[in-house]
Amino acid sequence: MLYLLEQSLNGIQLGMLLFLLAAGLTLIFGIMDFVNLAHGSLYMLGAYFAATFVGLTDSFLAGIALGLVATFFAGIVLEVIAIRPLYGRDHLDHVLGTFGLLIFFNELVRLIWGPAGLTISLPSQMLTAVQVIPGIYYPIYRLVTIGATLTVALLLYILVMRTRVGMLIRAGASNREMVGALGVNIKLLYTLVFGLGAALAGFAGMMQAPLAFVQIGMGENILILAFVVIIIGGIGSIRGAFVAAIIVGLIDTMGRAFLPDLVRTFLSYSAGSSAGPALSSMLIYTLMALVLIFRPEGLFPASSK
Amino acid sequence: MKRLLLASCAIAALAVAPAAAQQKTVKIGFVSTFSGPVAAIGNDMRNSFELALDHHGRKLGGLPVEVIYEDDQVKPEVGVQKVQKLIESDKVDFIVGIIWSNVLLASLKPIIDSKTFTIVTNAGASQLSGEMCSPYVFSTSWNNDQTPQAIGTYMNQKGVKTAFLIGPNYAAGKDMLEGVAATFKGNIVGRELTTWPTQVDFQAELSKARNAKPDAIFAFYPGGPGIQFITQYAQSGLKGQIPLYTAFTIDSLSLPRLKDLGLGIPGAQQWVRDLPNEANKKYVADFRAKHKTDPSFYGSQTYDAVPLLDSVVKAVNGDLTKKDAMRDAARKADFKSVRGNFKFGPNHIPIQNFYLQEAINEGGEFRMKTVATIVENDQDKHFQKCKMPN
Repeated sequence: MLYLLEQSLNGIQLGMLLFLLAAGLTLIFGIMDFVNLAHGSLYMLGAYFAATFVGLTDSFLAGIALGLVATFFAGIVLEVIAIRPLYGRDHLDHVLGTFGLLIFFNELVRLIWGPAGLTISLPSQMLTAVQVIPGIYYPIYRLVTIGATLTVALLLYILVMRTRVGMLIRAGASNREMVGALGVNIKLLYTLVFGLGAALAGFAGMMQAPLAFVQIGMGENILILAFVVIIIGGIGSIRGAFVAAIIVGLIDTMGRAFLPDLVRTFLSYSAGSSAGPALSSMLIYTLMALVLIFRPEGLFPASSK
Repeated sequence: MKRLLLASCAIAALAVAPAAAQQKTVKIGFVSTFSGPVAAIGNDMRNSFELALDHHGRKLGGLPVEVIYEDDQVKPEVGVQKVQKLIESDKVDFIVGIIWSNVLLASLKPIIDSKTFTIVTNAGASQLSGEMCSPYVFSTSWNNDQTPQAIGTYMNQKGVKTAFLIGPNYAAGKDMLEGVAATFKGNIVGRELTTWPTQVDFQAELSKARNAKPDAIFAFYPGGPGIQFITQYAQSGLKGQIPLYTAFTIDSLSLPRLKDLGLGIPGAQQWVRDLPNEANKKYVADFRAKHKTDPSFYGSQTYDAVPLLDSVVKAVNGDLTKKDAMRDAARKADFKSVRGNFKFGPNHIPIQNFYLQEAINEGGEFRMKTVATIVENDQDKHFQKCKMPN
């Protein structure tokens, strides 16, 4: 039972990471109707920025803060130069354009930081575990990432649902022309939303960096999962992204924890090792397929357009 | 008539020239990984190879050397392409390097088919020691399961009764876990194979290991993923609770990043930077003078390839078409290895000692240290499966 609880925490932690990535994606997709395959590149950029700044300032927090600012501005520059001309176009053009950007960013990072990749070391006080409840030890850093993401989720909710900017964002999503006709600078609004999405993706990359590697192409695999999350949650819906991210995180972790052993009871040991992870990712796509069949708008559709 | 004579002279010169040029340089294709989180391994191998060439005056058997470095990107399909390119378009005399067992297994066919003389300086796939052994392929490393077998023996000595094994799901990972299981006499309470090389978040597996309540955990994670594993092992609080035993996870490359986290975790290796022989002292001292850090075992195995090749080229006086004579020369292992002298088994895999090693903090510098000899003159257990064609 305790073990199940510990694995649930692992699942939630993965879900939090997915949420950060999916929130930006769903904002951009839902509000601007723009498919951004380069979202994973912003995740990668965030991690590279943070690794560089942590190295320069020798402080984890300062590195993260500077990294966030840098990714936000990188997103804004990207939007103004490359994304803006694509808005009115077909989704296929979005995919082609941002796929090009993805390759461009991989090569850019190779030029600037070299092919070997970087690591972010954690402050030593984060290198231990705490007893969450008797019998369950959990790494402090992973608790910190869960806490930080929950905070971000809350702030995002307040921003979108309770502020004037949020109202404009929602209005822009429902009817772009009308908002423009009422004298709102919709161009600027889109740029800011894109920057926000970039910062969220970058934040996900930074939080994950000490647990993985800062390397070229690090955002590509996880971006696929983020797309699955926004499809399950409902495109444009932040609440949906939140719930779906946790569901997907739990399925993936539980699958990895329990399926290999389950398969091994029927098949050989090594077949279980290969089939277990494969089956658990299949579960995620099966869920997506079911959602697409029975609730094509997702579990929590954003208010209709 | 005069003109005809001149022309025939020119033709004769043309015909002779390429034959002479062919033997002017020894061309070596070096395959390793130079990108991504394991690039440090490839760079260390290249640095050691270059240093060894410098020590030999950049000549092998008196002939100047040309090296072409290729990056396999840790991908078997890329590795085999690079090997084919080196053999077919660069027409190299030797292939050297190869870190990964799966890259080696993919590349073996073009190597064997073209009879390209090859020195594998890391990958130790069991198949190479057994059914896929080849007259022209030699290894300066080991068979995958030998090092974990040594650790399994050491775990018995330490009185470990139950163990949880974890490693990546590819050829070497499977060999490694088999290796520990072969010598470890206690009970194996869990085995995990994780997706390689993409999975570097081991939290779910670490939770599983904790839940299995073993006396010890054994892990095999080479390169950057090893740094992640050791870090997450510490983060999860397991370090004070369940001791960790490793193979190929803590080395001179990962230690400067792990620092304190690498202390107190035993591993086994056939070479450690403080082995007290003259060849090794010179290697380590010159490497440190040049690169300000210790070489790793990957580097040591690659360093050894140069004197081995030197003895081979010397034995045939630079005539690299005499492959059988080259093979016979290589079999003698007639050179001063930095691990101390060793013999080749009938499958061209070294028969050698394995040492217990640990990380120490030597006045602020984290270094590897030999603690004891675990097994002497260890031969891999696959050699009987090798039907070496002559």
